Amino acid sequence: MSVASPSPAATGHGVAVAFEDMHRWYGSVHALRGLSLEIAPGELIALLGPSGCGKTTALRALGGLDEVDQGRILVGGKDMTRVPANKRNMGIVFQAYSLFPNMTARDNVAYGLRLRGVDGAKRKKKAEETLELVGLGAQASRYPHQMSGGQQQRVALARALAIEPSVLLLDEPLSALDAKVRRQLREEIRRIQIMVGITTLFVTHDQEEALAMGDRVGVMSAGRLEQIAAPAELYDRPATKFVAEFVGLTNRIPGRTDGSDVEVLGTRVPLLPGATDRGAVQVLVRPENVRLAAADGGTGRVLAVSFLGSLCRAQVALPDETIVVAQMSATESAGLYPGATVNVSVVPAPVFAVAE
Amino acid sequence: MARAGNYLALVPFHGYVGLFLILPTLIVAVGAFTTAGGSLTLDNVSSVFTSSVFLDAFVKSIQLAVITAIAGAIFGGLLAWAVARGNPNGLLRQFVIAASGVLAQFGGVMLAFAFLATFGFSGLVTVFIKNQLGVVLDMSWLYTLTGLAVVYTYFQIPLMLIVFLPSLDGMRQEWYDASASLGGGSWAFWRYVGGPILAPSFLGAVLLLFTNAFSAYATAAALISQGCPIITLEIGCQMQSEIVLGQENVGKALALGMIVIVSAVMAVYALIQRRASRWAQ
Repeated sequence: MSVASPSPAATGHGVAVAFEDMHRWYGSVHALRGLSLEIAPGELIALLGPSGCGKTTALRALGGLDEVDQGRILVGGKDMTRVPANKRNMGIVFQAYSLFPNMTARDNVAYGLRLRGVDGAKRKKKAEETLELVGLGAQASRYPHQMSGGQQQRVALARALAIEPSVLLLDEPLSALDAKVRRQLREEIRRIQIMVGITTLFVTHDQEEALAMGDRVGVMSAGRLEQIAAPAELYDRPATKFVAEFVGLTNRIPGRTDGSDVEVLGTRVPLLPGATDRGAVQVLVRPENVRLAAADGGTGRVLAVSFLGSLCRAQVALPDETIVVAQMSATESAGLYPGATVNVSVVPAPVFAVAE
Repeated sequence: MARAGNYLALVPFHGYVGLFLILPTLIVAVGAFTTAGGSLTLDNVSSVFTSSVFLDAFVKSIQLAVITAIAGAIFGGLLAWAVARGNPNGLLRQFVIAASGVLAQFGGVMLAFAFLATFGFSGLVTVFIKNQLGVVLDMSWLYTLTGLAVVYTYFQIPLMLIVFLPSLDGMRQEWYDASASLGGGSWAFWRYVGGPILAPSFLGAVLLLFTNAFSAYATAAALISQGCPIITLEIGCQMQSEIVLGQENVGKALALGMIVIVSAVMAVYALIQRRASRWAQ
């Protein structure tokens, strides 16, 4: 699957990156199966997928830390496929534990500059400026073990940025952090990425992170790129069954189709391209597209109600014992309680359907 | 209450240290400065510095310890490196570690006998070569300091592997990858990252090997029957001599000298650890 990039999302000075029909085998395991992808200058692409889908292999191949058996990697139009990692000028932030423990934050950030022959005073100044950029100017003299996980990852980001890389690679940099720090840091990374305008490949298995950070999100499965699109499009108009099921919460509700739309819970809903369009199907409906109306004698029975702050999620059993999850605002959930009967319907938004 | 409980829990440890470390040290220290009759004297200690025999024994012991520590560190370090790079769950790794655990403790009379039975004047290999090839090997070197160095290295190598392998296992691929992505080749990585991270544990292991060889007695006693060329044998000679009686306290003065040298080595080790503790997690 080859997907061209739209116009750059950011207004920086990054370079274009292209994967062309990349393949990678580990013994009998085909980790990358003809991956093709174009990233515009300054764009942040999030590669999302389950463990073993090939997303980290793609990132490591771009960084020169892993080889590809077939295909090409172009950076700024230049073929980098066989260029060693230390000649690619790419900044990488790893999952965790990548800071050099024998160096202070300042020395970690200055390491790449030292290797480039930058003299001591300039190196120190640049390192401290970059630490300021990530909000750690005051922690420059600390060793990694004296910093929290979030601070360590900021230093790792500063270290990657200090060399002014052509491309920034983020290999699940937030996965070892707690939820609150994750949210803060992902916003900070995105802010800095837009400010610097650097082309960025971000690999994650966390869909919330991918959807929140990416200009576009690529969903990978079994070494293939299933779909790459802007977050909203990916969520609303999944191109494949895998994407429809993997991204976001999805209900599987029985329906029947005979063409371009499908009847589900009494409502005719348009089908997305690629959906099964004949016979009995399972319709993939987002929880926010399910509507509940409290009614005596309703066909649905509320099993559980979960309050999620401003939102509320209810589990409802249909007469055929299908369990449906509906999501609504907390105010709309008034009158819903376990055991209540409700009428269930769906919003006529386009849906994906798979054969039963 | 909890503090008292903690203290009580440490009593066995303190008892052990007191009985087997502090008490012997005190006996040695007191004996070094007293005559056989119990009066104070500096003669025992001064003889350590004035007797060429004793000084020579110290020098040879230090040479032997340095040579076998370096040889053990190099070969054991390389072996540990090979093991660390292999499959972490592999059978070979488990075998090498288990074998090293046994061989590191395979010292003393058993080891000396094993070498004598294999490479001695009437050893298996020596006799086999003589019978099959008609070549008479001069194996007299085995009974000298050179032979002792070879035999010591036999248990120094596996000891190095056991001591140094955990540090190598602690090296993270991410450090190497991060260094590479920042423009560093292998040399840069080892110079600025890998070397400094491993240096404290490597030097610590070398010092351990030094003290291990420096204080070894039984292997040397079993292998070398002529004279007392190293300090541990010399102490034995002083303690057991049937020719010159009443030299036990000279032996204690020599032992005190060993304690001073080992203490100096420990001080160096503590300095290294202190320096590393700035950044070690």
